Amino acid sequence: MNAQTSTLDPKLDPAPAPASSDDAIGAFLQQEYTAGFETVMESDSLPKGLSEDVIRQISARKGEPEFLLEWRLESYRRWLTMTPPKWAAVQFPPIDFQDIVYYSAPKSKKDGPKSLDEVDPELLRTFEKLGVPLHERARLAGVAVDAVFDSVSVATTFKKELGEHGIIFCSFSEAVKTHPELVRKYLGTVVPPADNFYSALNSAVFSDGSFVFIPKGVKCPMELSTYFRINARDTGQFERTLIIAEEGASVSYLEGCTAPMRDENQLHAAVVELIALDDAKIKYSTVQNWYPGDKDGVGGIYNFVTKRGDCRGARSHISWTQVETGSAITWKYPSVILRGDDSVGDFYSVALTNHRQQADTGTKMIHMGRNTRSTILSKGISAGRGSNTFRGLVKVTPRAEGARNYTQCDSLLVGDRCAAHTFPTIEVRHPSAHVEHEATTSRIGEDQLFYAMQRGISAEDAVSMIVNGFCREVFKELPMEFAVEAQKLLGVSLEGSVG
Amino acid sequence: MSTIDTWVGRHHERAASLPGAALPWLLRRRADAIARFAELGWPTTRLEPWRHTSLSFLEQHELQAPESAPHPAATLAAVRSEFGDGGHWLVFVDGRFERTLSVLGGLPAGVVCTPLSEALSKHAEAVEAAFGTADEAASPYALNLALCTDGAFVRLARGTALGAPLHLVFIGATGAADTHLRNLIVAEANTEASIIEHHLGGGSTLGTTVTLVHTAQDARITHLKLQQQDATAIHLAQIKAEQARGSYFASHSLSFGARLARNDIHTRFDGEGCETLLNGLYHVDGRRHVDHHTLIEHASPLGISREYYRGLVDDNARGVFSGRIIVAQDAQRTDAVQRCDNLLLSRMAEADARPELEIYADDVKCAHGATVGQMDEDALFYLRTRGIDEIRARQLLTYAFAAEVLDRIALASLRSSARATLLARLPGGALLEELL
Repeated sequence: MNAQTSTLDPKLDPAPAPASSDDAIGAFLQQEYTAGFETVMESDSLPKGLSEDVIRQISARKGEPEFLLEWRLESYRRWLTMTPPKWAAVQFPPIDFQDIVYYSAPKSKKDGPKSLDEVDPELLRTFEKLGVPLHERARLAGVAVDAVFDSVSVATTFKKELGEHGIIFCSFSEAVKTHPELVRKYLGTVVPPADNFYSALNSAVFSDGSFVFIPKGVKCPMELSTYFRINARDTGQFERTLIIAEEGASVSYLEGCTAPMRDENQLHAAVVELIALDDAKIKYSTVQNWYPGDKDGVGGIYNFVTKRGDCRGARSHISWTQVETGSAITWKYPSVILRGDDSVGDFYSVALTNHRQQADTGTKMIHMGRNTRSTILSKGISAGRGSNTFRGLVKVTPRAEGARNYTQCDSLLVGDRCAAHTFPTIEVRHPSAHVEHEATTSRIGEDQLFYAMQRGISAEDAVSMIVNGFCREVFKELPMEFAVEAQKLLGVSLEGSVG
Repeated sequence: MSTIDTWVGRHHERAASLPGAALPWLLRRRADAIARFAELGWPTTRLEPWRHTSLSFLEQHELQAPESAPHPAATLAAVRSEFGDGGHWLVFVDGRFERTLSVLGGLPAGVVCTPLSEALSKHAEAVEAAFGTADEAASPYALNLALCTDGAFVRLARGTALGAPLHLVFIGATGAADTHLRNLIVAEANTEASIIEHHLGGGSTLGTTVTLVHTAQDARITHLKLQQQDATAIHLAQIKAEQARGSYFASHSLSFGARLARNDIHTRFDGEGCETLLNGLYHVDGRRHVDHHTLIEHASPLGISREYYRGLVDDNARGVFSGRIIVAQDAQRTDAVQRCDNLLLSRMAEADARPELEIYADDVKCAHGATVGQMDEDALFYLRTRGIDEIRARQLLTYAFAAEVLDRIALASLRSSARATLLARLPGGALLEELL
């Protein structure tokens, strides 16, 4: 289509084009939520509501093959028969699924941008504010970015370099066009559409996301990263991410999320599937900073996500690291199915809730292969009127000889109106298994605070320091630039919780 | 068959002959209870508290009174030889009080110990206050209220103490296919007592037992339950305590028998500075199933709770533990510890554990832990280097694992009796006894 004149992939379709530049950025940056701005640009959206027609239109606009449309429709039909889950320890008014825009894309013109200079400056500025190293900075930071702006990827960098290794890293819609056989082979094999209410919804209407394929024996030379943004008003985001690491391959993937400030609750129901074949390793890190709503719990994102990894091959390794500071409601259980012998699953999590945020998060480790190992390390921090729940399952099936699990989940309480819950479940069906669970709940010690304060550190900084110390074991699992961001985020998120 | 309709029918059949049939308040509560049972039906795994224990099979289950059983007097004699002849003994056979087997001895003044069927006429008001309702009960315990035939009524007047333990013996013989017993324990301020429930026999019957404990200020009640029913019986039991300021309640649950045993143990701290100890041991083999489901509600500040459960799971059996601690917003300075450890003794055994914390206060110290595993290979090796063969070493370690639970029983005489009972149940117990 276009010549390769920049790091930006020109084949991207539909590509964004310069839009009206008369609008300034809605710049009410607020201290509590620094990513709360809205980019004003024309977008191409479907009307609100969900029906088979809407799904056909989404599929048609994206030019999808027949099998995918069928798959979407089948998922939709299953979804119609399902009811939203009620077991999580979160409270919110019922969601009107007909009041959501299911597809929104930046308007495109036929002649897409030939270089970064032609990319809508509004768009670039948005990413700049979020600190996404999109162009040259990206190379310095050594990060390849597949940026998702609402529903359509607008820029993919470093594709050439990755291509030399045979790595496919592109938006999901592009993968559907260029590698339909891979999509068809792996899509829905880890999280089947009817797995749960929100995964069925996602399977029916998913708009875009990332696709990563690391071929046999290849170690991905850089960390791959996606920045998700929710932008247009009333749009739910339904990403679909699929990462496949073939035999002996390894990859580290970073996902960061921010959303502009809004009054209405927005739904975010993503599905992430990881597949690791023999000796493969996938490390998936998330810093989630969706808009959490204001102090009184008005607005904010509902983050209902299904994330699951499948250690399909022997000696494979899947590791989830997450820092959850945003969203009004988080409902998320990144899990690992340890199918291959000697496979390893990790889950490292920090979840912080302040004001009226609610988080119900945790993991499932399903041990099926022999000598499988898993580690769960969860740190929950509740402040203000926040509610934080760890919910986990460790299951050892009758075939999983020599399975080993260690779980530790600690909760820290800041303030006397917050709540912290721990709901682990252990199911063991093999006598050689060793499963251990430890949990503690406590508040910040008066002694620790006093010590910090008598050394001249303000109460707020002291709390932030202690909380960061509390989370250290998890942060050290994050890639460096993420760890720095996560520490800053915790500090910002805790503002207003002391005193 | 044991469908919901059958039970509603049974309630109508029996209503007139149940004790207290002349009491309007009781009739009303029984009617409410059977209505609740009919509405809820048998719990299935779809209900979160019953996730690992479904009772839906009861719909199709044929209940039968045992065709033969040892004479209740012989069963009782065996227990009494283990626990000594002292103490007070109330004996119930097939859900009815058996006066000829019971020995009350001299009770201190101010202590009432009588079968519920009699208390309903003699202490009507106190029974009404302590009887409980089925409003929030799980369906098996609603059924218990609707159909209960007897049980013990114990009241300790302010400042009294029961010097010797009170034994409540429930024996299932050949007289009934289902039994429903309700025990009420009312401990007024500054009282102390140890109460032991023995559950024996039962064939393939269904038995429900509800024990309600009210401890007033500074009362100290120790409850020990020894469940050794036949391996075909179904045992569903609830123990529910309400604790006032400064009171102490201990529940020791030793569950060895029954094809399916479920114990719901619940205590609530209604006043400051309450203390509780929930301590339990279960041993299941064959295809049997045991489930302990506990709830400690720290509703008031300065409460201390300790919870320790251990399980030995053998053959194709399944051991389930689910414990929840709720710390309410006002329950500052709560100190709670919960532990559950399981030892899997066979390839096909299954253990499920759910240690849960639900905390709404910030000045608290709560910890919980759970483990499932097999024997410590190092310990085994150590014993073998000392010349103990592997089988014996395994038996010894199994016993040691279980005996820790018994060590928490404060009363020495009870502790040694419970230990004898445990040894008798463990493989190689007789030989172990020589070693110890």
